[in-house]
Amino acid sequence: MSLLKHGRLVGEDAFQPVADDAALPASGAVLVTYARWQVEREQLTGRNAPLGILLPNNLDVLDFGAEAERFDLIVLQFPKFSDGRAYSQARLLRERFGYRGELRATGHVLQDQLWHMQRSGFDAFEIPRADAVEAFAKASRTFSHVYQPTGDGRVSVLKQRLAAHNNKNGRSQEAAE
Amino acid sequence: MYQYDEIDQTMVEERVAQFRDQVARRLTGEISEDEFKPLRLQNGLYLQLHAYMLRIAIPYGTLSSRQLRGLAQIGCTYDRGWGHFTTRQNLQYNWIKLEDAPAALADLAKVQMHAIQTSGNCIRNTTTDQFAGAAHDEIEDPRVWCEIIRQWSTFHPEFSFLPRKFKIAVTGSPNDRAAVRVHDIGLRMHKNDAGEIGFEVIVGGGLGRTPFIGKTIRDFLPKQDLLSYLEAILRVYNQFGRRDNLFKARIKILVHEIGIETMREKVEAEFAASKHGALKLPQEAIDQIAVQFAPPAFETLSGISAEYANAFRTDFEFGLWARRNTFKHKQPGYSIVTISLKKEGAPPGDASAEQMNAVADIADRYSFGEIRVTHEQNLVLPHVKHSDLPAVFKALKAWDLATPNVGLASDIIACPGLDYCALANARSIPIAQQIALRFKNWERAHDIGELKIKISGCINACGHHHVGHIGILGVDKAGEEFYQITLGGSADDQAALGDLIGPSLNTHDAVDAIDTLVETYLRLRKSSDERFLDTYRRIGIAPFKEAVYVSA
Repeated sequence: MSLLKHGRLVGEDAFQPVADDAALPASGAVLVTYARWQVEREQLTGRNAPLGILLPNNLDVLDFGAEAERFDLIVLQFPKFSDGRAYSQARLLRERFGYRGELRATGHVLQDQLWHMQRSGFDAFEIPRADAVEAFAKASRTFSHVYQPTGDGRVSVLKQRLAAHNNKNGRSQEAAE
Repeated sequence: MYQYDEIDQTMVEERVAQFRDQVARRLTGEISEDEFKPLRLQNGLYLQLHAYMLRIAIPYGTLSSRQLRGLAQIGCTYDRGWGHFTTRQNLQYNWIKLEDAPAALADLAKVQMHAIQTSGNCIRNTTTDQFAGAAHDEIEDPRVWCEIIRQWSTFHPEFSFLPRKFKIAVTGSPNDRAAVRVHDIGLRMHKNDAGEIGFEVIVGGGLGRTPFIGKTIRDFLPKQDLLSYLEAILRVYNQFGRRDNLFKARIKILVHEIGIETMREKVEAEFAASKHGALKLPQEAIDQIAVQFAPPAFETLSGISAEYANAFRTDFEFGLWARRNTFKHKQPGYSIVTISLKKEGAPPGDASAEQMNAVADIADRYSFGEIRVTHEQNLVLPHVKHSDLPAVFKALKAWDLATPNVGLASDIIACPGLDYCALANARSIPIAQQIALRFKNWERAHDIGELKIKISGCINACGHHHVGHIGILGVDKAGEEFYQITLGGSADDQAALGDLIGPSLNTHDAVDAIDTLVETYLRLRKSSDERFLDTYRRIGIAPFKEAVYVSA
């Protein structure tokens, strides 16, 4: 298993996953489930260490989004690569709730979905293969343009064309003046 | 017609390169068939009974002559010299080798075409009125909106792994020829009280094993909000659509289970949060697309063409064809011509490469090089001068493409059925052929008038049987092919699902039953102006049921 962040391999995950029935470690960054967060809010925020949360992919993130900024890491799940719910969760967290921390994809994360995940706002990936860096780099280069705006900041084809059109008109207007 | 710019061209070429790499990784075994399947499906490649089928997108059913020649060439190079036009205004090749698929897609890209998202659980090719941009009754050319939707939905990162496939249809005319009420989303353009043109948004329609007529989620949506609203609907569906059961995963089931009111609340809340965002369409962007659909350089014509009037009087066959296969154009002196791909006895929707090339030539000469594909599996020459109609008829006839049966009993929609499809329970094409032969007599067929017969080989309903005036569904009964018959379905602006008339029948009895139903209609209709569907709506199912089952 390789953990990639911003396209680079992360040697060791800073966040220690803690099972729901295990005691919290005294210090250090932890990753807890949404269920645990709901019952142990105070203990978890009082720890004074980076906090990560694992969200179920059937959670309506509208019910969670307001709390997103409390976390340094949000992990979204792809139980099967064909289950695309977490793409919507990711975009809502980034674009609606302005979450800026690490957004990590876990589960059935395949090379051919990395492009979609990146565009939806993921910046970290657990990829079950050794050549994850190469796979990621290749996936990122798939398309030179994007047809639709998302929170990744890339300019959509529609806006590109509009800008080209306006530039041309602007220029010809200048020339006429 | 819309022409790719460098960006569009780059995108389809990059897609071909991506798929070439995916096929290579599959052939070396780096990725499993399970992982490869959705990748090939999103490139239109299906594994069928005997071979791979490649489904080509014909965006909103519009083709240039150059593109049609390209399709003919691909049919010759990689298939057996044929193509099959489908109810989704697409084209399918039935005999493709996996290792040839990337090369076929590369050839397709050369004529600005692709197979992107023609299958898989994503937003499919948007369909529309085959007479768009030509019909006399149109409010606005819907292809502008189809193209805007095509671009937005292409490689959409959030909506490429939906619970199930997703189909959008648009009509720009009050007379719905795009069946918008039986799509996941239907968009009907209309004018509001203030005189502005916008969309009625219909959601949750569909055929398949659980058919539903779509429900209106919004009466009027301003044009600039179209993409924001579509994204809102898709986002709600992607998160809350069922994923536990393949057969309950379409948006129609979500709408049915939570109810249209709850659906509307969720969608409107999502829309309210995003309507002022990046998807809002600036008028200049709409104009940039719209200008590409500007009408061709029509001549200013008046009066009745002498050639046309003369041929109508003197050539009986021509008159028959002109009455059935032409439709009123918005430009005086022009007609829309439907080319029937339903010659009695031939598989519905099939065209040979030679026929495709011939249609391309005829389109160049008489229809500004434009061709359309209809969801009823015919082709259209959208802009033909009246004075050219006799020549067009003659040219089509030479290629067996002038069967005067558009909208008649032998103009049957049928899915590929058990002859090709791995899902089918029964064959569709042979029963379509047998029924069509019963109505080969032109006098009888024209006397019967409009009658839409639609045949599906299984409950997935690719042949739209639920919305046929007469619908036929193939079922498997202890290893034998049987057919269920429904009556009174319709896909137009008064969309309705057909009613089952009784127990299923074997092939022979089913074909006889269609004859009996038609005879019953002829006996009971008020006048020759009353269509089969109208008679059925007036008198109900009982007389038809009795005729089929009691007399048998």
